[in-house]
Amino acid sequence: MNFSLTEEQTALKDSIGKFLERDYTFDDRWKVIRSPEGWSRAHWNQLAEIGLMALPVAEADGGLGGGGVDAMVVMEQIGKGLVLEPYLGCVVLPVALIKAAGTAAQRTNLSEALASGETLYAFAHSEPGQRYERAAVGLQATPKGDGYVLSGKKISVLGGDCADVIIVSAKVPGDAEASLFLVPATAAGVTRHAYPMQDAQRGADIEFANVSVGADALLGTRAKAQAAIDYALDVACAALCAEAVGAMTELQKITIEYLKTRKQFGRALGTNQALQHRAVDMLMHVEMSRSMALEAAVSVDNPDAVARAKAISAAKTTINQACRFVGQNAVQLHGGIGVTHELNTSHYFKRLTMISVTFGDSDWHLARYGDALLAAA
Amino acid sequence: MDLRYSPEQQVFEKEVREFTRDNLDPKVARKVLEGCRLEREDFLSWHRALNKKGWVGVGWPKEFGGTGWNSTQQHIFDEVTADAGAPQLIPFGLRMVAPVIMNFGNKAQQDYHLPKILSGENWWCQGYSEPGSGSDLASLKCKAERVSDSSGDYYVVNGQKTWTTLGQYADWIFCLVRTSTEGRQQEGISFLLIDMKTPGITVRPIIMLDQEHEVNEVWFDDVKVPVENRVGEENKGWTYAKFLLSHERTGIAGVGRCKRIVKRLQNVAKKALANGKPLIEDVRFRDRLAQVEIDLRALEITLLRVLDAEREKRQPGPEASLLKIKGSEIQQVLTELTMMAAGPAALPYVREGDNGAADVEWLSDEAFRYATGHYFNFRKTSIYGGSNEIQRNIITQLVLGL
Repeated sequence: MNFSLTEEQTALKDSIGKFLERDYTFDDRWKVIRSPEGWSRAHWNQLAEIGLMALPVAEADGGLGGGGVDAMVVMEQIGKGLVLEPYLGCVVLPVALIKAAGTAAQRTNLSEALASGETLYAFAHSEPGQRYERAAVGLQATPKGDGYVLSGKKISVLGGDCADVIIVSAKVPGDAEASLFLVPATAAGVTRHAYPMQDAQRGADIEFANVSVGADALLGTRAKAQAAIDYALDVACAALCAEAVGAMTELQKITIEYLKTRKQFGRALGTNQALQHRAVDMLMHVEMSRSMALEAAVSVDNPDAVARAKAISAAKTTINQACRFVGQNAVQLHGGIGVTHELNTSHYFKRLTMISVTFGDSDWHLARYGDALLAAA
Repeated sequence: MDLRYSPEQQVFEKEVREFTRDNLDPKVARKVLEGCRLEREDFLSWHRALNKKGWVGVGWPKEFGGTGWNSTQQHIFDEVTADAGAPQLIPFGLRMVAPVIMNFGNKAQQDYHLPKILSGENWWCQGYSEPGSGSDLASLKCKAERVSDSSGDYYVVNGQKTWTTLGQYADWIFCLVRTSTEGRQQEGISFLLIDMKTPGITVRPIIMLDQEHEVNEVWFDDVKVPVENRVGEENKGWTYAKFLLSHERTGIAGVGRCKRIVKRLQNVAKKALANGKPLIEDVRFRDRLAQVEIDLRALEITLLRVLDAEREKRQPGPEASLLKIKGSEIQQVLTELTMMAAGPAALPYVREGDNGAADVEWLSDEAFRYATGHYFNFRKTSIYGGSNEIQRNIITQLVLGL
């Protein structure tokens, strides 16, 4: 048992921390939000220089071979700074998919441009009417000649606005399981409708209208993608847990500071017991979340998929609930200023809220954990 | 970063498991696992078995006859023994007064009391709360007047203590008493060790809402206590009292016990039938069970973080102060869920040895017999040891700095 970060992990944390302090103030971030792209290639390159893009890629594939705890360290900082650059959508998810589904050759070939930050990938999986169900894939892949024709629609694709290559889940009629295809965003028949998300991140809906791809577009083996999809979404959930911890820790701090300085009735807000106890309950949610983000980080590469699923869903349940409690109460304790767009409070609240409904809300993860209980009974 | 036990810790875990299997009286284990009331002898038989092995001074340093275990080992011991159905080690002697005597008592006090705590010869109880001093403990009034006469140098104690857990079994009581009314109220308190056989002491049961006799009132009427039974300096007792309260921090979350109750609840949910189907197939109940398991896991990792910080001699962070609140809340949810699982079987009033209690044959499942009584009993956990609201005040002040 050991809860310490290694020297490398501490150094990584400090490098990102320095980047945030120097180049990612609230004002810097506003400029990014208002830019046409909604994220900054310059920031992206800075993060690549620190090694973030290469971090999760296996050493054999030219990366740094980072694990769950390394990802946690990075995502906490991303949460702290409310970083808009699409690290989760364009690095964390695609790397996990390629790692779990790709052939040895694909892992080597695809990883280089990914690890350098040059090529952006995104994972297009959610579909209208499917909510969070991971195996419910309606986008059709019809075999044609050596290749396939893809038809259907994906929604709320993280980083779908800017990705060069889309990894899309699809099903060949008659197959029991989904397959994954690599499709250039510029391929004929691909239309993307990009938009800002509620939390100022960017995403897109992507239409595939009879998109022809070759046999080499298949990532890994046909009809064998479900385990990789589950793995990648669990990796993404663990990352979101860590991001949430970074964001809620900061929001908790900001709120305490406000309670100390804001005066009403001639005294600081924080002298009122009703508010003090609320603040303690917020802290409690933050600390329980920190514990469960750790659990998620150390469980994400557990080869026992059932144990992994249980740990990830337990963590995401705890963190989704904390996102709600800490976010809502931070706004409440700030009073009127908390519901404006001018203070970073509401920006943290919105990010935390979006995390709580990304890749499974509390109900969905609680049910997934409960299903594991039932299966073991 | 690694949440698993190291190979050495796993060896230790195995050793504790095997010892418990071989030395815990199965009759006592059955009582604990089924939630029956424990008698004095049930606690003591396990205490003596541990003492024989040298394992009863769990958190004690070796020089006083303790195990010298680090905090992680203590946690492993707690978890493994709780899982096997070992009774909780009564904390008043081992975990409360003993550390005070070790740190602030004199050599004579250490030599006399510590071995008798280890052997189980002396059962201790706690004389802190008074009818008018609950959360505001420092306002206590139980008075000790210093007298010197031909029979020696002693205090005369008059007043009342209350909520004295298992005081009916106790041989000794440690008391906070008022030795001065000058200055701040915290500055006039002394810490006395009192033999329960001293004339003038009366113990009266308080029957709690589950109709069990667990706590007592203790009355002091001109009780003569030799001055050598005072720990440390006169009027410095508050310092020792606070030390005692902070010393017992990680144990109070009750993680080991909660894990045992969760296991029982899982079994109950598999066995209890609703419309012919196991209760665990009911999605609403399953959600509740899943939620409390998840909360308990979060608490357990938080506890491990605190233990790790202590082992590495790093200052434990805010997580330490939260353990009591979260632990007591989870214990309450678990007892409530067990009662809910019982369904209509929760209704009959069942109590061992009570002729007026219900004798219902269909209530055959032991897991349900005491479910409702436990639910009622466990309302205490968010009140004792400093109510959860007092804990929030402490965190406000010491952690948030508000």
